[in-house]
Amino acid sequence: MAIAEDTMRPPVTETGMIGWARQNLFSTPTNTILTLVGVWIAYKVITGLASWAIFNATWDGLDGSACTWEGAGACWPFITAKFSQFMYGRYPVPDRWRVDLTYVLAIAGLVPLMIPRVPGKLWNAIYVIFIFPVIAFILLIGGMFGLPYVPTDLWGGLLITLVVASSGIAGAFPLGILLALGRRSKMPIVRWVSVGFIEFVRGVPLITVLFMASVMLPLFLPAGWTIDKLLRVLILVSFFSAAYLAEVIRGGLQAMPRGQFEAADALGLNYAQKMGLIILPQALKLVIPGIVNSFIGLFKDTSLVLIIGIFDLLGIIQQNQTDAKWFSPSTAMTGYVFAGMVFWIFCFGMSRYSMFVERRLEASDRR
Amino acid sequence: MAVTTVNGSAQAAKASFLYRPEVRQVIYQVILIVLLGISVWEIVNNVADNLRRQNIASGFGFWDRTSGFDISQTLIAYSNTSTYGHAFWVGLINTLVVAALGIVLATIIGFIIGIARLSSNWVVAKLATVYVEVIRNLPLLLQLMFWYFAVLKNLPGPRQSLALPAGASLNVRGLYLPAPVPQDGFGAVALALLLGLIGSIAIYVWARRRQMATGEQFPILWASLGLVLGLPLVVYLLSGMPLTFDYPELKGFNFQGGMVVQPEFMALLLGLSIYTASFIAEIVRAGIMGVSKGQKEAARAIGLTNGQMLRLVVIPQAARIIIPPLTSQFLNLTKNSSLAVAIGYPDFVSVFTGTVLNQTGQAVEVILLTMCVFLTLSLLTSAFMNWFNTRMALVER
Repeated sequence: MAIAEDTMRPPVTETGMIGWARQNLFSTPTNTILTLVGVWIAYKVITGLASWAIFNATWDGLDGSACTWEGAGACWPFITAKFSQFMYGRYPVPDRWRVDLTYVLAIAGLVPLMIPRVPGKLWNAIYVIFIFPVIAFILLIGGMFGLPYVPTDLWGGLLITLVVASSGIAGAFPLGILLALGRRSKMPIVRWVSVGFIEFVRGVPLITVLFMASVMLPLFLPAGWTIDKLLRVLILVSFFSAAYLAEVIRGGLQAMPRGQFEAADALGLNYAQKMGLIILPQALKLVIPGIVNSFIGLFKDTSLVLIIGIFDLLGIIQQNQTDAKWFSPSTAMTGYVFAGMVFWIFCFGMSRYSMFVERRLEASDRR
Repeated sequence: MAVTTVNGSAQAAKASFLYRPEVRQVIYQVILIVLLGISVWEIVNNVADNLRRQNIASGFGFWDRTSGFDISQTLIAYSNTSTYGHAFWVGLINTLVVAALGIVLATIIGFIIGIARLSSNWVVAKLATVYVEVIRNLPLLLQLMFWYFAVLKNLPGPRQSLALPAGASLNVRGLYLPAPVPQDGFGAVALALLLGLIGSIAIYVWARRRQMATGEQFPILWASLGLVLGLPLVVYLLSGMPLTFDYPELKGFNFQGGMVVQPEFMALLLGLSIYTASFIAEIVRAGIMGVSKGQKEAARAIGLTNGQMLRLVVIPQAARIIIPPLTSQFLNLTKNSSLAVAIGYPDFVSVFTGTVLNQTGQAVEVILLTMCVFLTLSLLTSAFMNWFNTRMALVER
């Protein structure tokens, strides 16, 4: 093994951790300064967060006075005391199992749908799109099958956030597909109506649409008619996200090669068959990441309903901060950090999923 | 139609009038128009009916009536004896101010973070990634409330204000800054600044022409910096420093003098720019990554420095990818500024769609007008950005 001993190993400063650091972190003076500043910022943020959330935090207490000491960090007892309210709002306590059951049924439908390897996607989708909403509606509202009626103004917290976001996207989907097809239609009036609707909705802020739901929509109905406030919001939120979804779906339609349309025509399929059997299944698959991104946007935007007096997760946290019993300098911060963690986990999880789908689609394209 | 003949009936050859595509298209469109017309007619009738029953006036008669409420931040003269129409403009100007500043700030932060994400420095790139992933996945409203209720409203009172450099101080009532007070002769400095600006534009045009003709480069940046900053500074010193500052001072329970930036405004500006910056960063990153590797290698091969490569090769090409999505982020920021209503900044929506609507009860007029204003803003911004985009677009020779 004489040769091996003669071969000199590279200097220790050029390989491994040290070599990597020299090349990536300290290659030039500017780079060194940037690295040091970056490490300092990271150190400050991490230690600051850790001391606020863990070391200086209050963990036990019956009211705000427990958190009112010099240098106090997070006021966690505020969250534990109000936790069930943040999740369910004023939903009657003996009936909260209905909300939980709805969550379980939703997860049971969604998880297998999201994992590509699980078979039976068609039945799974039929359950999620047609059967689950009916069950969820009956479970949450009640008033039939012996379940007591729970009016929607008792709903609140995370329940509202999830209901608004998921029915918003569910309602937006069929309308979005129609609008996207309408925008690419050869019929001028259909096209103008679709373009007009899409561009109008995309040009105004969601909050004006919500104001419309709360003060203008009741005026549109004949005398004596009333629609539940939450339902009004759901309808207009669906309209709002339909415009955005339509643009996403239009992207998918435009990405379809012309040959697909021509092949469908050559087979003698009519318009509905052509779109429903050939074009849409492929186009929608292409834009799943875009659809998930719209859903993330909608999920974040649901918090706006608090402005018109519907208390979603953020709204109910905001409302509870004014509770005199829990008054302390850190109550507000703790509440927002908790809300932030919940929103972040949902949104980050969904964005990871959309990236996973995107990679999978790219892989199937390369085949 | 060939399809119908397959159906095999005797008259198939002369297909029914109704089966002709052109006829069907007309029928579908007529049905659509009729349906839309009926709904609009229904809605208009119902609205008129409901308004009559609830005794709500219609029309824009309220426009010239006295508003009777105060607005905490007014950039044009306004008092509670002004009209509703006046309040409209005050709110609109407040929205435009916060949107314009927010766009500038978000673009700066966004470009820095976007470039940092592509840095070869591992620490810098990871920090930028964490920023984007955290901020992008939190609702804007939550961030605004966090800045306002948890941070700015938790600051100490005026007596314990945090002292900042240059005579500024920060407390629960806002950010107090020294106000510049121009003295006699300050006009000369302003004139020098104007001349500097014109001069640097002239130099830019001349240097560009010369480079196109001869290939010689001219240090445009230093020359224009000297003209824009140096010239006014020299004039300022020569004319005996005709600018004094009015410093805010603590008198009794509050600061007097200087100028104050309200916490609502700060929270909105911070929240909007930090949130939008995380989206802009992703756009910038995608734009720079979209420039093909061969372009960078070619730039290196002809011996450009790192800075020259970025400035002359990468950025002009990345800009074409960046500008269209950047436009929609600017529009989003403008639309999102309407969330001001949640933290009490008197923007357009909070003043007009909030207070004016509540006082007059004329929901239809107020909301339609609000939507028209935002549509106009959207159209103007996209028109401007489209014009800018055409200017930047690749000139094929």
